[in-house]
Amino acid sequence: MSNKLIDIVNVTKSFDENIILDQLNLYIRENEFLTLLGPSGCGKTTLLRILGGFETPDSGDIIFDGKNINKLPPNRRQLNTVFQKYALFTHMTIAENIAFGLKIKGKSKAYIDDKIRYALKLVNLEGYRDRTPDSLSGGQQQRIAIARAIVNEPKVLLLDEPLGALDLKLRQDMQYELIRLKNELGITFVFVTHDQEEALTMSDTIVVMNQGYIQQIGTPEDIYNEPKNAFVADFIGDSNILPATMVEDKVVKMLGATWQCVDVGFGHNKPVDAVIRPEDIDLVKPEEGIIEGVVTHLIFKGVHYEMEVLANNYELLVHSTDMFPVGTEVGIRVDPFDIQIMKKPESEDAEAVGIEE
Amino acid sequence: MKSRKLLAGPYLFWSISFIIIPLFMIVYYGLTTKDGDFTLLNLAKITTQENLKALGLALLLSFISTVICLLLAYPLAMILAEKNINQTSFIVLIFILPMWMNFLLRTLAWQNLLEKNGIINMVLNFLGLPELTIINTPYAIVLGMVYNFLPFMVLPLYNVLAKLDKDVICAARDLGANNLQTFSKIILPLSIPGIISGITMVFVPSLTTFVISDLLGGSKILLIGNIIEQEFKQGSNWNAGSGLSLVLMIFIIASMAMIAKYDKNGEGTAF
Repeated sequence: MSNKLIDIVNVTKSFDENIILDQLNLYIRENEFLTLLGPSGCGKTTLLRILGGFETPDSGDIIFDGKNINKLPPNRRQLNTVFQKYALFTHMTIAENIAFGLKIKGKSKAYIDDKIRYALKLVNLEGYRDRTPDSLSGGQQQRIAIARAIVNEPKVLLLDEPLGALDLKLRQDMQYELIRLKNELGITFVFVTHDQEEALTMSDTIVVMNQGYIQQIGTPEDIYNEPKNAFVADFIGDSNILPATMVEDKVVKMLGATWQCVDVGFGHNKPVDAVIRPEDIDLVKPEEGIIEGVVTHLIFKGVHYEMEVLANNYELLVHSTDMFPVGTEVGIRVDPFDIQIMKKPESEDAEAVGIEE
Repeated sequence: MKSRKLLAGPYLFWSISFIIIPLFMIVYYGLTTKDGDFTLLNLAKITTQENLKALGLALLLSFISTVICLLLAYPLAMILAEKNINQTSFIVLIFILPMWMNFLLRTLAWQNLLEKNGIINMVLNFLGLPELTIINTPYAIVLGMVYNFLPFMVLPLYNVLAKLDKDVICAARDLGANNLQTFSKIILPLSIPGIISGITMVFVPSLTTFVISDLLGGSKILLIGNIIEQEFKQGSNWNAGSGLSLVLMIFIIASMAMIAKYDKNGEGTAF
């Protein structure tokens, strides 16, 4: 991971009156697995389509490998797209689908034949050459769509929610498959999804977007453990977001008690938001906790129990492998490094709006 | 289940009494003499020079009309498919609107427009331009066919093009195809079912029409439809008329079968 491959500079895009992307800046490095993550309508797909050349930005520049490609049509860009609903050519066989791009480029028959064999092997669908797309399952069609894109040896593969239509088990298998593919091909992947688990599993870098603005850029660990604002904390995994007051460095007041934390630099007696992940809350005997609460709901989730604990009029979401029946009085502890402090948004709007980088 | 079967009753009655029985009657008349003896002479009537010429001309003119309709309708259907629903429905309405008026009236109107002293020539005279003398020529017949049957080409094409996944087109562009290649390798092949039903719906009525050739061709240009009509009405020779109808049917079935070979999905036609 080294050089910037794509530089997105001040890109703005609106449809009719709706601003989809507003002055967006982002760079994508060579050989990076970058995920654009956000709820539907956050502009992630529009950004991908701008990269693919299917939309042109109203203003701003797309720099690819040092060259401005704003006006370059999709067929002359060195990147390929895997579409959400596969978009295979139903009137062609699998082999013809994969060969499409290469035939257009006028490659020799032997070369194309080689590439088809290589691509089908790469996606584990050898022996499907002469089948038609209709006769394949969703997951298989998806892999053919990937094969069709990568035989063209793009520098970047754009993937638009490619796993959205697959069932859970298949989706998890495909996640590993994509990581393997990326490592074998050694190219850049730009992946669009609204599924935070997909993003956390596969990415080198996650870009969390909301309402056309980038909320946070970071590694999956950064994004999960140190969300920069309430939106990110809420969108990535379950979380308890609590109003709190930063008394001084490393001391925070919330839920009617004073807690040790590790965050500094928020000032004295400043209102903040505190994020605590459900799995970071430890339930103990009432006398051992920092505060006390009562279990109000209990659900078995497989790997853990999900409980709601009422403490000082706040419902806390708790994940634990220990089970506490409804009505149990418990003590609540949280380790200092598990409390993440965030600046409070100035207003409702600010919550959605971009944060300074 | 029983009540459902009852619901099919009227259709069954309808198709037996107004489709199947008449068809068998045509076959019967076509294969018998006036006295009711079996013969193939009625079919053989097609080989007279006059009838062959009429059949050939009918095939040629309906082929030309179909090609013109296809060439006119395809770009239009593509434009319509690009637009959003609100804009489309208005344009489609404009194209369907003439169909709300009687077919005979519309053809008669063209007769008036094209006549030697008709409206078009009046305007051309007024502008000092040469007169248009296409009335009573094959050109006028083709014009009438194209005008009357164009909507039947536009609608199936529009249907199939509007349903085309936009991402498939994007995918072709993404894989390096320019606009022309995207059209010839993706859009055109995927729209074949629409092309086939459009061709069917224009070619068959054009081939069998006798009204358009009657009104716009004068009585000089006889198509096979006119010959058949004459046999039934003026000659009162049902046997000969039926025989020629059967021959025409064979031609239609043959041409449809030829087209259907290109329709792998079998969505376009009854074949």
